[in-house]
Amino acid sequence: MARIELKDVVKCYGTVEVLRDINLDIKDGEFIVLVGPSGCGKSTLLRMIAGLEPISQGDFLIGGERMNDVRPRDRDIAMVFQSYALYPHMDVARNMGFSMEIRKDPANERMSRVKQAADTLGLTALTERLPKALSGGQRQRVAMGRAIIRDPRAFLFDEPLSNLDASLRVEMRLEIARLHQKLGATMIYVTHDQVEALTLADRIVVLNGGDIQQVGSPLELYERPANKFVAQFIGSPTMNVVSVTGGKNKVTTADGVAIALPHLKGTERAVEMGIRPEHIDVVDVNAGHLIGIADVVEHLGSDTNIYVDVEGLGPILVRKHGNIPAKTGDRLGLRIQSENAHAFAADGVALRQTNTNEA
Amino acid sequence: MTVARSKPILTAGKYAALLAYLTFALFPLYWLLKIAITPDQLIFSEGTTLWPSSLTLDNFRTVLFQTDFLYYFGNSLYVSLGTAAATTLIAAGAGYAFSRFDFGGKKIIIAIMLITQMFPLLMIIAPIYKMVASLGLLNSLTSLIVVYTAFNIPFATFLMQSFFDGIPKDLEEAAMMDGCSRFQALRKVIFPLTLPGLGATLGFVFTAAWSELLFALMLISKNEAMTFPVGLLTFVSKFSVDWGQMMAAGVLALIPSCLFFIFIQRYLVQGLTSGAVKG
Repeated sequence: MARIELKDVVKCYGTVEVLRDINLDIKDGEFIVLVGPSGCGKSTLLRMIAGLEPISQGDFLIGGERMNDVRPRDRDIAMVFQSYALYPHMDVARNMGFSMEIRKDPANERMSRVKQAADTLGLTALTERLPKALSGGQRQRVAMGRAIIRDPRAFLFDEPLSNLDASLRVEMRLEIARLHQKLGATMIYVTHDQVEALTLADRIVVLNGGDIQQVGSPLELYERPANKFVAQFIGSPTMNVVSVTGGKNKVTTADGVAIALPHLKGTERAVEMGIRPEHIDVVDVNAGHLIGIADVVEHLGSDTNIYVDVEGLGPILVRKHGNIPAKTGDRLGLRIQSENAHAFAADGVALRQTNTNEA
Repeated sequence: MTVARSKPILTAGKYAALLAYLTFALFPLYWLLKIAITPDQLIFSEGTTLWPSSLTLDNFRTVLFQTDFLYYFGNSLYVSLGTAAATTLIAAGAGYAFSRFDFGGKKIIIAIMLITQMFPLLMIIAPIYKMVASLGLLNSLTSLIVVYTAFNIPFATFLMQSFFDGIPKDLEEAAMMDGCSRFQALRKVIFPLTLPGLGATLGFVFTAAWSELLFALMLISKNEAMTFPVGLLTFVSKFSVDWGQMMAAGVLALIPSCLFFIFIQRYLVQGLTSGAVKG
């Protein structure tokens, strides 16, 4: 168990900077999720922590000790790979016990640890099988078993669930959450799936184009995104963003509707307004801020998604709980819950909310 | 249904094509065997009949006990095994480096290795002869091992590189996370998975060295250092060719190649496909 710090870390390939000024302080036992679109540098960052990729500049510390030039084997970190990377010529038990075999731990201790891990992960009946005789979910479990058996200072996960089918992914996600509760270990988890990020993380680090966009708890990111990128990346379905003209404590849409935003500072600078699909109400045609025609209606049972074509603004997605009896072609009034609206300045930075104590 | 009906025809066609190819490829071998077991006096009188009217093992007896054939055979085995071992060892190291590391001059080295494969051997026989002579290695089997190894390394290296490329990098990274040094990861994880590749390379180089004639002819003139392809020429005398014995020697020479391939066949089949498809 250990605290992990990254100070002004930079990664370059030749002259290309793929990660810039990464500063991160990960507390002992914290579950951190690195999330971002492909190519944002999240996997590279994880591999730098693992020691598989050299750090170009800056300091990397585990438990206060500088680890930049320490070999992977000496960092005492376990990693679960996206491809599982099970050793194809070793059976499940040997795969899991391989690190102890390398450390030359006594065989009987190794056996008992392997057995314990296999019991925990429901692999007891499979310990003599080769990886090729296992299903995807079982391989995933073996990869996790290989990590937990070592009792390392930190766990790294590189998109561990992306090769599994949807239902198995949910199941394994739960298992990882349980594992974290049980072990209380520091975990760093890379994914591009925001649902995984939101459900697992103590804190989420959103990366884009080699920069950290925002670090915060799942709710913080959802409620107070720092910029337009985070706002649109976190939350599903994606936040609606429309062009507006700024004014004092309000913004005005292209078709001249003013929306009061007293909870935001500096609305004069706003050029865009963001509103999540769940923060728009469907009302009578003339009772709301906007009027539009339902283009597509998706009934999901628990929710209804309505894609509304608003003249002058383009499509707006509305999500309502339960079953809304709307159908394609309906004229609908939309009321924006303005207290939940976000506004962005020209550089994409979100306008700060007046009721937060952020410095 | 047309599909169902056309299928047996298609299958039959495939087998016919295979049969035609096999006949074409194996007929010389059959002829080799046939002449080897035909008594000397019938070779010319029965001409091209497919099966001689009487059989004999005299040719084999003569070859084994009255000529230096076993000697040549031993020399060839020594040279081929030596070449195969040396080449595979070097090619495995080079192939691993090409597959896993980026280093200065990598592209140039690969280009040069390719260029060495472009010259007709005849062109460089004279310089090689001079070099070997000035090293005092003429008429030694060592010189053959050195020359064959040098000639086979480029191709063998590319072959090994493609096998290493077929092994996901994740595996050795996982091993390194599990506490291995790079060398340990190579030995415990990568090496066992490369066995098919090593088998294929060994087989390829062994066969190439086993049947090489040109350099052996140029660099070896003493009887006791002759390899078997050169030795075969001793059956050709000024006025006649001893066909029966020559063919019998040829049949015997096939044995080690066959044994070797039977031995590595399992790895070879795995190996040639495992390079192409991951997992």
